Formats: sequence, structure tokens, C-alpha cells
Amino acid sequence: MPEIKPMEGNQAVAEAMRQINPDVVAAYPITPSTEVVQTFSSFVANGLVDTNYVAVESEHSAMSACTAAAVAGGRVMNATSSQGLALMWEILYITASLRAPVILTVVNRALSGNINIHCDHSDGMGARDCGWVQLYGENVQEGYDNLLQAVRIGEALDVRLPVMNCIDGFLVSHSYELLQVEDDAPVKDFVGPYQAVNPLLDISHPISIGPLDLWDYYFEHKRGQCDAYPPAKEAILAVGKEFGKTFGREYGLMEEFMLEDAELAVVALGSTAGVAKVAVESLREDGVKAGLLKLRAFRPFPAAEIAAALQGKKAIAVFDRAISFGAASGPLFSEVAAALYTAGQQIPALSVLYGLGGREITPEQISGVFRQLPEVASGGQPADPVLFLGVRE
Amino acid sequence: MPKNLKQLSESEVRLTGGHRLCPGCGEPIAVRQVLMGTEDPVIVVSATGCTEVSTTIFPYTAWACPWLHIAFENAGAAVSGVEAMYKAKLARAAKGETLPDYIPADKPYKFVAFAGDGGTYDIGLQSLSGAAERRQQFLYVCLNNEAYMNTGVQRSSATPMGMNTTTSPAGSVLPGKTVHRKDLTEIMVAHEMPYVAQCGVSRWRDLVGCAEKAFAVDGPTFINCLTPCPLGWIHDSSKTVEIGQLASDCCIWPLYEVVDGKYKLNYRPKEKKPVDEYLKAQGRFRHLFKDESGAEMRRKMQEWVDYKWEQLLKKCAEE
Repeated sequence: MPEIKPMEGNQAVAEAMRQINPDVVAAYPITPSTEVVQTFSSFVANGLVDTNYVAVESEHSAMSACTAAAVAGGRVMNATSSQGLALMWEILYITASLRAPVILTVVNRALSGNINIHCDHSDGMGARDCGWVQLYGENVQEGYDNLLQAVRIGEALDVRLPVMNCIDGFLVSHSYELLQVEDDAPVKDFVGPYQAVNPLLDISHPISIGPLDLWDYYFEHKRGQCDAYPPAKEAILAVGKEFGKTFGREYGLMEEFMLEDAELAVVALGSTAGVAKVAVESLREDGVKAGLLKLRAFRPFPAAEIAAALQGKKAIAVFDRAISFGAASGPLFSEVAAALYTAGQQIPALSVLYGLGGREITPEQISGVFRQLPEVASGGQPADPVLFLGVRE
Repeated sequence: MPKNLKQLSESEVRLTGGHRLCPGCGEPIAVRQVLMGTEDPVIVVSATGCTEVSTTIFPYTAWACPWLHIAFENAGAAVSGVEAMYKAKLARAAKGETLPDYIPADKPYKFVAFAGDGGTYDIGLQSLSGAAERRQQFLYVCLNNEAYMNTGVQRSSATPMGMNTTTSPAGSVLPGKTVHRKDLTEIMVAHEMPYVAQCGVSRWRDLVGCAEKAFAVDGPTFINCLTPCPLGWIHDSSKTVEIGQLASDCCIWPLYEVVDGKYKLNYRPKEKKPVDEYLKAQGRFRHLFKDESGAEMRRKMQEWVDYKWEQLLKKCAEE
């Protein structure tokens, strides 16, 4: 029987990894994701998994070893945060380009400098163009559920992409919540066996992986890689649906919370969606037609689906927990705005930059943003849409 | 025992002809000889560098065995990852899971990483050090041509003192590189790896023999192989092997091995030649023969070579 247990986000991720029992984990500790690899190491030490655990000397080597192990032909997992993800950056592109379905839990944390160990999405957003699928979870349960699904999504034969399972540092990674832990057997059935595609270890079919690729072929290869993302979107939907049938919790590209009849909407990622739900509920009690679009899949970016979900709203606020320095707005805002523009929808929108370095975000603050939206709606798109929320100016 | 030339000529060709390395390049000589050191299946991992870019220009490859390149500074980690997956599959099979049908149970795999001196002495040292400490099973071969040749002869920490490179150019004030190279072979010995060797391309029996010994070890092994580079060393492409031999004859590049911490000299020249003979054979040191400051630097190099050689003889318990 599935058990409901109090667990921290990191423990939930490690528990999912135990159930998945990957062939290789090559990892390096970093706050706040350390506990994932620490807990998993204890599973290795106690024989609860068959994983070959490679305790590498850096995140760069971690992602190098993970990528190599995955192309060798097997299931590979890892976890990191912040500077660790930044150090992997060079290899992240290669992992995706080699179509190696490595699964990486990213416990989101601010990037230096200055050094800060708390949550924001600078690390994940910094890696948004590297070709990985990115799923953002709201809470402990989603950190667990998304990891189980990530394996299926990344390994789908028409996808073959690495996947980041993102959860908010400390807010989710170190928060105890009640987690429904599924039984090992159905999890193993759901995840299924690994299917190798052109494994390097196939000695009778030797292939060269990672050749020099110049002006005459490189572009075609990059163009070809683009073809993996529409199937990835389909896989997220299909796997999310199957997960719902199997375990009772269905997932899609996004979650719409009181959004359908909403006039004013907030778009957010991660644990902030939970805070926004509280705000939306209380605003609804006051008669404000508020709604939330919680984005689960940031990569592939579901542009058309977002535009459809926001169609007809009078004004929206897009919450970014990361700054794209020098850009006109937050990274999520830019993409949502582009999605709306492409769909021919001119919805007045605010770009809300908040929560950097773990700065708290409250339902009251989000309600405050909602209360600004009617004015935005009537005034049309502001020339400078950026609103810094919760910062001392 | 190393095989004879006839036997070697019949061994499996893993790096085929048709690659685009320069005529006279020492690297493919080293690669081919190292790969003659085992008849077991071999998986090759390359760091970014001359050999990597010249052997795999898409859509062609010169590799007849499985080959992987990820990046520049991570050959140690990459070969670790491949080995880890192989060992994971074997361990699962030992517990009763089915071994994937593409892995023959009766043929133990070997793993070898090839990286240049830039990818080993400099940017890849951390990755190599980590892999060595983890005691994973691989042979790491540094194809050492003493500078960043792939990007156009820039100095590395393997570059010998006095060499004219494009980032340590011989000018009116500076005589090329002003400091000695790092002793990477000794750094790897300090990792207490079960097998470390310093080799060259002029003595095939030595290089193939060292590779054989390295491949036989179930653990991390390292070969630092001097691979003369006609382009950067500035010598005729027909002189590669000769110059390599001269490096060992003047003892600037001694050939030796360290097996479980025990040193053994693998080549002792009948007559130790002066370093000048080696230097004057190469354009990279030409400026050292023009004036007194060059002569002073050559004297310093001879002193350094003598000192290092005496140290090595002591370690090898040679008189």
C-alpha cells in the first residue's frame, strides 16, 4: 500500500531515486541539494540499490561522467544546485546534444555573487537554452512525482533528452510535507527498463560519439535537435496522464488554478505557485476574479498552450524569481509575452521580479500585485513593465 | 612479453589511416602503439585536441573501435563514466539481471583516455586526479607535444623552459618560456596509481610493452608519452622518431615506469648526449643559439636535466 509519510523535498527525491535504482549516479555535494546525494549514498552503502555511485571531484566532472555513462548505455541520475549547475554549464549543452537522457534534480538556489545559499531560479534560468527538458515542481510531492516521470519523458525513444527536475531550495528541499510514497513495484513498472540507443558499450557496432562538426553539418544537427522538443511536450502530457491513471495524480504542461473564468492572472513557477493559490482564494472571497497559471514545463516552452490559457484575461503579472541582466524584463515574462504576441493577444502585462536570494514572498504581496492589475488593464501595456516586489529601494 | 613486429603488424587496427593529423605527427604513432597493447575490446575516450579533431571530422571517423569525445578538460571524468556504466552492468549481471546482449560476458573491456598535454597537465588535471583517486579501471595516455598545438603552439605547463611558443614568444627581452615544465609523471606517481610510465614514440617495444602492462592492471594507470610535433617543434616531418629518441638519449625525457611505487628505468642511453644536441635539432629552440643569454639558458637546462636524471637514477636504484 502507498504510504503517507512526512518527508523533506530532498529525501523525497532520494526516495524516488532509490525506487528507480539507476545504473550510475555521479555526484558532488552542494547546498541545498547535498542531502539528495547524501541520502542516496546511504542507500548504496546499505545495499538498497544496485547503483554504481561515482563520487566525483566537481560538478563539471559529475556531469561529464553522467553524460559519458549515459551514452555508454544506461540510466543515470544526479542532483545539484546553483554554482554546481553553473559549473556544469559547458557539459549541459553536450549532454543534450548527444541526446543522453541524464536525469538531474536541480534544487534551485541563487547564483553568486554575492554568495547566497537560498532559493531563486537564477540557476535554472541560466541553463534554459542548453537543450534540457525543465520541469518545475511546487512542493515535495511534485519533486517526487516529477522525478519518476522525468525518466519516462527523457528516455522516450522520440525524445532522448536530459531532464531537470527543479524544486525550490530550502522552501521545498528542506520542508517537511506529507508525501504519498508509492510502492516500489508499481514505481518500477511505471518507470520500466532502460532501452539503450546506440550504446557506446556495444563493441560489435563501434560508433564515434562527439565528433568535430563544422559549417557543413553542425547547423543540420542543431536543426535536427529542435525536432526532439515537440515530442518531449507530447511525452510530458502522455506520461503525466499515465501517471495519473497509475497513481491518481495527473500532470500536464501547466496547472490552471481558478484560471478559466479569471479576469486577472498570475503566472509563476515552483513553490510560489502555492503562495499564489492562497492569494487567489482570498481574492476570490473578496469577489476579485483572480486566477493562477502554474507552469510545470518551462522547457519545452508550451507557448501555444499558455496563450490559450491566458486568452481573454484583462491583465496578467508574470513572476520571475531570476533577473536576466540587461534584458527588458524577467526571463519567464519575455517568453510569455512572446507567446501572447505570436498568438495575436495583446494582454497588458507586468514583469514581477521577486524573491531573489531567498527573499520571502507572501500571499499578501501577491494579492497586492493582483490589486494593481485592474489599473494595468485599463492603462494598456506599461512602457516599463518591470516591478521589483519586496525589495528595499 | 611484448610481441614482435610481425605479430604487431597483424594486430587489430583501431585507429585507421585516412585521419587528418599532420604528416610526421607523433600522436597517431603513440595511439596505434598503445592500442596494440591489448587484444581485449577497447573503448576510447578523447579529450578535445589535435587527435580528437583530426580523426573524427564529421561525417568521417578514423576509429574502428567505440570512441567518445565530450570536452577538453574532462577526459578523466568521461572515461570514469563509461567505466562506471560497464561495471554497473556487470555488477547487475552478477546479481542475476540479464547482461545487455551487446556486452559479451567473456571479453573483459579495457578503457583508455587520450588527451594532450594541455588537456592533461593544465585544464584536465583535476578530472584526471579525481579519476585516479577513485581507483577506477582505465589507462590514461597523455599525448604530450609540450604545447597547445591544436590552437597554434601556445605554451602549456608541459612546455620546456626556453621554448618559443606563440604565448611565450622569443623576443628581444624574453628568451621564450622562462620557467621549467611541471613534472606530471611524478604527480601521477604521487597518486599511488598501480602503474605509471613515461614513454616516447621512438622505442615501439617499450611503448607497446608499457601499454600491455597498464592494460593488465585492474585500476587506474597512466602513460605520459612524448609525441614530437613537426609543426610546433619545427623539425622536418621525417625526423619525428629521431627527435623523440634524442630526447631520451640526452635524458631530457627519460623512459621509465613505476609499478606499485617501484621505479624502473626502461631505457638507459649508452652515452648521455648533451642537451644542446637535442635543442639545436629543433627550430623551437633556435633563438637559444644566437647570443650569450641563450647560451646561459641552455646551461641552465643542462643543469636541470642533469639534476632530474640523477634523481631518477637514485629512485630507480641505478648507479
